[in-house]
Amino acid sequence: MDFDKELDARGLNCPLPILRAKKTLNELTSGQVLKITSTDPGSVKDFAAFAKQTGNELLSSSEAGNEYTFFMKKK
Amino acid sequence: MDDQKKLAIIATKGTLDWAYPPFILASTAAALGYETQIFFTFYGLQMLRKDLSGLKVSPLGNPGMPMKMPFGPKWFKGINWNIPNAVQAIVPGYESLATVLMKQTIANNGVASIPELRELCQEAEVKFIACQMTVELFGFDHSDFIDGVEYGGAATFFEFAGETDICLYI
Repeated sequence: MDFDKELDARGLNCPLPILRAKKTLNELTSGQVLKITSTDPGSVKDFAAFAKQTGNELLSSSEAGNEYTFFMKKK
Repeated sequence: MDDQKKLAIIATKGTLDWAYPPFILASTAAALGYETQIFFTFYGLQMLRKDLSGLKVSPLGNPGMPMKMPFGPKWFKGINWNIPNAVQAIVPGYESLATVLMKQTIANNGVASIPELRELCQEAEVKFIACQMTVELFGFDHSDFIDGVEYGGAATFFEFAGETDICLYI
């Protein structure tokens, strides 16, 4: 999937992946896509909840090995 | 009235472990778009000090706290050191040792430090209010605390709390 910016949140634990994602989204313009990679299993539910509450669209959420990848489109 | 959600937290504890919930919840709420305030009172004032090295964790009288080592092979890390309260109480520096081990465990797990979380809250414009009555009660001076703190009392807290969607006492 195409993306405009990438955030490496590997090794970070709650709530840092969300906080870093929020900060990085601020640097994007509406419609741009942020790719986030994390290793925190809790981030799967957290990014879904973050998207639901902020209106940024979670385009995809996937797991490979012990890593989680999210694509989020800025509102 | 705007439709922005609001969160108010009262932070009353002054130990390293209990500094986490207010700062984690406040910073996350701010990231979710909440207008957020934390009212620091009694021992919670410790979290506003310029120097946060006084925040410690005590396993004494805290049966819920696992005492595990943050280093060594996996089998060693898994051991829960069940040290009797009576021993913990008489060993000098036991609390400081437990705090050092806890901070190492926190870093090992990719969990943010308290100074880092506090800074993230400030960046996200979480408002910090210190209870003026307890500032005086404990002999603190405003210069003991970080910049950007407002000082007020119970009425100040209710002015914002009365309009919130979520209000927590920690």
